[in-house]
Amino acid sequence: MKDIYSAIKVSENVYWVGAIDWTIRDFHGYTTPHGSTYNAYLVMADKITLIDTVKKPFMDEMIARIKSVVDPSKIKYIISNHSEMDHSGCLPEVIDLIKPEKVFASAVGVKTLQELLHHRHDIIPVKDGEALSLGNMDLTFMETRMIHWPDSMFTYLAKDELLFSQDAFGMHLATQERFADEIPAATLEYEGATYYANIVLPYSPVVLKALEKVASAGLKINVIAPDHGPVWRKDIGWIIDLYKKWAVQKPTAKTVVVYATMWHSTEKMARAISESLSQSGIKVKLLSMNETHRSEVVYEVLDAGALIVGSPTLNNNILPQMADVMTYLKGLKPANKIGAAFGSYGWSGESVKNLEAMLKEMKVDVIAESIAVKNAPGDDVLEKCHHLGKKIAEELLKRI
Amino acid sequence: MKKYVCGVCGYVYDPVEGDAEGNVPAGTPFEKLPDDWSCPVCGAAKDEFSPE
Repeated sequence: MKDIYSAIKVSENVYWVGAIDWTIRDFHGYTTPHGSTYNAYLVMADKITLIDTVKKPFMDEMIARIKSVVDPSKIKYIISNHSEMDHSGCLPEVIDLIKPEKVFASAVGVKTLQELLHHRHDIIPVKDGEALSLGNMDLTFMETRMIHWPDSMFTYLAKDELLFSQDAFGMHLATQERFADEIPAATLEYEGATYYANIVLPYSPVVLKALEKVASAGLKINVIAPDHGPVWRKDIGWIIDLYKKWAVQKPTAKTVVVYATMWHSTEKMARAISESLSQSGIKVKLLSMNETHRSEVVYEVLDAGALIVGSPTLNNNILPQMADVMTYLKGLKPANKIGAAFGSYGWSGESVKNLEAMLKEMKVDVIAESIAVKNAPGDDVLEKCHHLGKKIAEELLKRI
Repeated sequence: MKKYVCGVCGYVYDPVEGDAEGNVPAGTPFEKLPDDWSCPVCGAAKDEFSPE
């Protein structure tokens, strides 16, 4: 039987030979309701080159797609732009099967791949700015450390004006369409922002530097080929401008209220705060951690100007689902937010001061006095919540 | 001698250990690192570091 998988041509000399993972729903804690793709690319130069590989269980799919273009044993070089296992997990098996002349990665990538894969094949380190001749065309490497691992690099193919950007400009979205221009812009913006918020956000200052570096290198880029999601071949500036916007994190007139509740006391407070914000002209997203996934919270926080967090006290602490999202948010380092904390308690009441301390650790500017209520809020406390929302709104409107 | 942490990747410079890869001998305080020294993990500049 003819193999069911085939490659898709993305530019004059490049084919997509990746894999579509329609069923993945969890990426180390980041929920991926629409699956993902692991993109590998074949450069049909004199020295045929494979750029990145796929997650281990998808190796057969990648090899089948390669076979639709060329006998895999003809591949001479493999480039690893990013060592993470969804792009390198099958690299040892691919090397053993293809027996390439050479395998390349950044200097940090060489070490990381050795430490992850423990494979005997030598990997050759390439330097930032170094070029590699493939015979009739060249590749140029650009280190992009911490976008989003220390090993990460971009590879540029001048002949096709194509940038292999590994995880940058990517998204977790399984589609049969291979090009961004075949997918609605709203879907791209949502999935791209969700990916940025959940993966790239902590490295935003590095992203801005990398964008400057790419711009100052004067590379002509017509195609961006990331390691997840669709290939960008039209309106490249659109996704680059979105990356700039997400990296700058300029606050907008939007507040995210995140809370968890036991017996609806904290929920009532959250509702009062949210209504007040809304009445003051602020866009509000009210997210209950009893129902919401942490990935959605950080997506909403990305463009927000304020973050207000609430939890009742359980066993002298915050509710575990709030600890989950606060730990996640802290690691992702959202910037330029104001905020406050609130919550209810039965006797000891540690939750609100714990949340406030967490906000401060996250460098959220806590601009309003937190509100803690014993048992359920009465009208007086709900009035305080209303004032809290108003105060946050006033301050936020001053800052945007 | 204080330890300094990289604001980009979280690497901690421990003056007791120095930075062998960057040819910085053990016992070098952070303040004495050359201006062009960068984070051995992520390449961040010296001014990205803060006291731990």
